[in-house]
Amino acid sequence: MRAAGVLISIALALALQTTLARFVVGGTAPIDLVLVAVVYIALTSGPVSGMLAGSVAGLIQDSLSTGVVGIGGLAKATVGFVVGVLGQQFIVTAALPRLVMFVGASVGYQLVFMGIYTLLQQRSFPSPWKAMATQALGNAVVGMIVFTIVEAFPGVMERRRAGRRRH
Amino acid sequence: MAVAVGHILLISAQVSTHRGIPLLEAITFGAFAEVQRAATSAIESVRDTWTNYFALQQIRRENAELREEVSKLRVGLQQERALAEQTRTLQQLLDLRSSTSLSTTAAAVIAGGASPEFRTITIDKGTGDGIDSDMAVISPAGVVGRIVLPTARAAKVQLLIDRDAAAGVLVERSRAQGVLIGTGADRLRLDHVPATADVKIGDRVVTSGIEGIYPKGFAIGQIESFERRAGEFTAVMVRPAVEFSNLEAVLVVTSPPQTDIGSRTQKAGVAAPKADVTTPVSETAAPAPAPARAPTPAPAPPRAPVAPTQAQPAAPAPRPDAATRKPQPPPRRRQTRGNVQKPAAPQSQSQVTAPEPGPTTPAPDNSAPPSSAPGVP
Repeated sequence: MRAAGVLISIALALALQTTLARFVVGGTAPIDLVLVAVVYIALTSGPVSGMLAGSVAGLIQDSLSTGVVGIGGLAKATVGFVVGVLGQQFIVTAALPRLVMFVGASVGYQLVFMGIYTLLQQRSFPSPWKAMATQALGNAVVGMIVFTIVEAFPGVMERRRAGRRRH
Repeated sequence: MAVAVGHILLISAQVSTHRGIPLLEAITFGAFAEVQRAATSAIESVRDTWTNYFALQQIRRENAELREEVSKLRVGLQQERALAEQTRTLQQLLDLRSSTSLSTTAAAVIAGGASPEFRTITIDKGTGDGIDSDMAVISPAGVVGRIVLPTARAAKVQLLIDRDAAAGVLVERSRAQGVLIGTGADRLRLDHVPATADVKIGDRVVTSGIEGIYPKGFAIGQIESFERRAGEFTAVMVRPAVEFSNLEAVLVVTSPPQTDIGSRTQKAGVAAPKADVTTPVSETAAPAPAPARAPTPAPAPPRAPVAPTQAQPAAPAPRPDAATRKPQPPPRRRQTRGNVQKPAAPQSQSQVTAPEPGPTTPAPDNSAPPSSAPGVP
């Protein structure tokens, strides 16, 4: 059941990434919704789920991109595992720790991704810091919104049911 | 009392006013007229009120209907506007298609890239529609990118702004050549611009066709800024002509680009594409600058022309009908994933024009007016 949920989350994130993300802020904000989904799964389900989700999501993303298949998967799996471990070691339920977690995960992912590419001499990243910061901030904002919506959803449904019972 | 009143009335009935009208009749008529006036007024007011009420009811109903109609019309207007916009886009594509001699196929953009690290889009045409790797993708605004992964019913397009994308370009005004490289952001970087080139902010940058993918002369963008350090151009940034986030429909150039740059650029002093396309640039064009991304193990592109050197003279002068001929380009070679098909770095103008008498004065190109101050940095 959980695996199905994870796969659905990844598929949804990929679908949104390929359809909506390019229109966000005129297509200039490189938000990685798949990474947001991986971090969310890692924080809510633990390091193993985070790692597996990151691996699967990264591999799919790599296969849909023009880069080397596996680099994104490895980077996302690493980030998913680390975020899962941190989520188990620390209380990450307040907004600020989550924000920090999303920013850190995005920066970590970018560093691993660019590091592997640079190590393999496949790509160069002349001045990546601005793009990295933009993406980290964008991912953090989207991640916070996702967390808020997902956590508010059961309460909204409960209130709606209670309202129906009263009537 | 009653008798007295009766008498008075009788007498009054027989007394006329000075106009000859009986007094009783006048009083009775006057009084009754007032009653009639009041009654009529009351009835009219009631009728007006009733009519207005009904009218208001009807107007309210009509108002609601009209509001609904306006809403529908607004929705319809939006649809019409969307259709008009779509028609305009398609019309521009048709205009572009009819204005160029290239064989093209229109395609709709159906998705963006899956990863923000790679700037790609997906179009709804694939190998079943004659799409193949390394075909150029253009739009009415300018060059969009190239096909990197065609499947049966869809194809992935690498946008020009992708970090792995590159194209041979020239500055339209001065004909200075360079290599355009994507930055991953919404700007492009122009590298390998000769130090003696005439480059100004606002200059239009067009494709040179030198890499054998993009047809020559298509718009890339405008030079937005540049720096010069020790006489060398650095950080020449180009604002793309295409708004990559708003792409809806594109044209895929299915015919190989006309490599008439041989005939055209001979006059400009640029080498014609040679048959030996596998020769590394470093073997033939020694002074050519290194590629921007040196780590990428990229040999010379399959259809990249080889610049002549002193030891290797330029190709012979073209025949008179060279401009109308369509030389057969070398066969397309499938690129490995993510491998940039980088055009060979153009020579500096001094090298380019070496065989000509004027070292910094390239001859005018057939397709563009001559530079006002050619070769002057």
